[in-house]
Amino acid sequence: MNIPKLPIGNWIETLESWLENHLSPLFDFIRLIIGSIVDFLQNVLLFSPSIIMVVIITALAWLLGKWKVAAFAFIGLLLIDNLGYWEHAMETLSIVLTASLLSIIIGVPTGILCARSSLLQGIITPLLDFMQTMPAFVYLLPAVSFFSLGVVPGVIASIIFAVPPTIRLTNLGIRQVPAELVEAADAFGSTPNQKLFKLQLPMALPTMMAGINQTIMLSLSMVVISSMIGAQGLGADVYRAVTQTKTGTGFEAGISIVVLAILLDRMSNHIVKKNKR
Amino acid sequence: MSIIEAKQLTKIFGNHPEQAMQFLKQGWTKERILKETRMTVGVNQASFTIEAGQIFVIMGLSGSGKSTLIRLLNRLIEPSSGQLLFEGRDIVQMSSAELRQFRRKKMGMVFQKFALFPHRTVQQNVEYGLEIQGIEKQARRKMAEEALQLVGLGGWENSYPDQLSGGMQQRVGLARGLANDPDILLMDEAFSALDPLIRKDMQDELLQLQSSMKKTIIFITHDLDEALRIGDKIALMKDGVIVQIGTPDEILINPANPYVEKFIEDVDLSKVLTAAHVMRKPGTIMLERGPRVALQIMKEQGISSLYVTDKGKKLLGVITAELASAALKEGLPLEEILIKDLPVVSPSTPLNELFEPMAASKIPLAVTDDMNRLLGIVIRGAVFAALAGNAIPEAGGAG
Repeated sequence: MNIPKLPIGNWIETLESWLENHLSPLFDFIRLIIGSIVDFLQNVLLFSPSIIMVVIITALAWLLGKWKVAAFAFIGLLLIDNLGYWEHAMETLSIVLTASLLSIIIGVPTGILCARSSLLQGIITPLLDFMQTMPAFVYLLPAVSFFSLGVVPGVIASIIFAVPPTIRLTNLGIRQVPAELVEAADAFGSTPNQKLFKLQLPMALPTMMAGINQTIMLSLSMVVISSMIGAQGLGADVYRAVTQTKTGTGFEAGISIVVLAILLDRMSNHIVKKNKR
Repeated sequence: MSIIEAKQLTKIFGNHPEQAMQFLKQGWTKERILKETRMTVGVNQASFTIEAGQIFVIMGLSGSGKSTLIRLLNRLIEPSSGQLLFEGRDIVQMSSAELRQFRRKKMGMVFQKFALFPHRTVQQNVEYGLEIQGIEKQARRKMAEEALQLVGLGGWENSYPDQLSGGMQQRVGLARGLANDPDILLMDEAFSALDPLIRKDMQDELLQLQSSMKKTIIFITHDLDEALRIGDKIALMKDGVIVQIGTPDEILINPANPYVEKFIEDVDLSKVLTAAHVMRKPGTIMLERGPRVALQIMKEQGISSLYVTDKGKKLLGVITAELASAALKEGLPLEEILIKDLPVVSPSTPLNELFEPMAASKIPLAVTDDMNRLLGIVIRGAVFAALAGNAIPEAGGAG
């Protein structure tokens, strides 16, 4: 017996063109919003001469925690500037920050809802698995057809790839609050929101911050991939170096990405530690 | 006046509690319902009345349903059926907003593992119940400080729970439960996690707080000694059923069934029973009477000593038959032969503290109240009979 091949690919494409035809005003709106956030951040980061920005970021690292991170920030950022990737690094940073910010805005409330409803958790969990394991290149195609080439589809793809840890760990953090404490909050007559803001979120915060840290790192890793659809920044430099087999340039841009990654990781980690009294 | 009245309060864990209810009413046991319907009976038709100002102890082994029962009282667990009247209002019927107000104003709760919020200071923990009511900062700070003073933790406001010992943490828990000045305090195995010495201190303090604040306290424990020490009334639970409710004396003296008997088997009666339980009516005589009358009374009652009192029943001393007959020969009044230095105990002295004075004295111990009025005497035979678990005569009954 010959079972015909299921036309999943056709279905997806039908859905894609339907969405494209009917929801294009919505996509334009999203494009406008995300585009302006990225532009805004980019303008802020590139507003002053690079050396002033280096000092500001170093100071921020120092305020957040250790002198070691501050020293690394100072030396690392000067290196990026010296290699000539300052402008691209700031473009990358603004894409990463936008994707992370939107991931947090989407992920934290979703995680809270999942923690409240086991049904919703049951629906969302496989969806998150799908989002994390589907090869990221695959998102890029519909993202381009909805949002055309450029930074915006890159941000969208980054959010899809990077939001799951924030949702998962927000959900986990809230569910890990000991039942006795929740019971105590109930016994004194808390409303659900009082319970959330006075007990569950403060106690879940370290776990949530670990999720947000992962989200930031994942969206950075998407930057290189999204350069294939025209997102600017360090990823584009790496991509160009790869296509032209220029090992030296590839490593220079790659090192700049590593510096950014380590900085983002250490700084977001220190926010966690600062919050643990 | 009763403050809480539970009528047929029942909790069934499972998918069709109303179905299991039918079976319960038909007299099915918990095991049969579990076996045939896979539903668990947590609390089975519990009915009881709690008087205002009482310490009501719910006691049972683990799995007996006592923790479920206390959570039914503030609906941390929703009852499956039954009524729960608080000053005439049915708690079971309250809407969620009403229930919230009820929990905020009328009931405090203290938990076995303290359940303090680790991210909040001691002060903020105690303030929690007030904060969520929207009481402004100054006022709630003052109330929290008062509650902390009450439990002897003044000065620890800014510490975090994990910086305190277990006993201190539970004091914070107690202060948090008392801060909103509730009518009823629910205490779920509140002292079980503490080590024995601290536990005893906490029990004493609770009794002291209770006598000054007159709260109604509902106290869960698996420890019979604790129940007997602090309880005004004790409800004994087994398999979700209340098998006996009574004062500590009633439970010790008249256990309702073999289960209760077995439960109290290991009680150290010498610590629980007091002089009041074993004392008997003494032979007495007033000081104005002469030795002749005294000898006559002793002869009639078949005893060899008499306790001498004044008109207000105040104990003056004791006389023996020997001394009385000597006095009769020499024509002396009773006052001359009175032994004033005799062993005296209070009615609340436990039996284990009676052994020493009893060993040191040939005459029975006199039991007096704090006005020095003679209430009874303790003879050795009665003490041994009581420790052997034999029927204890009514306090002050004929001896």
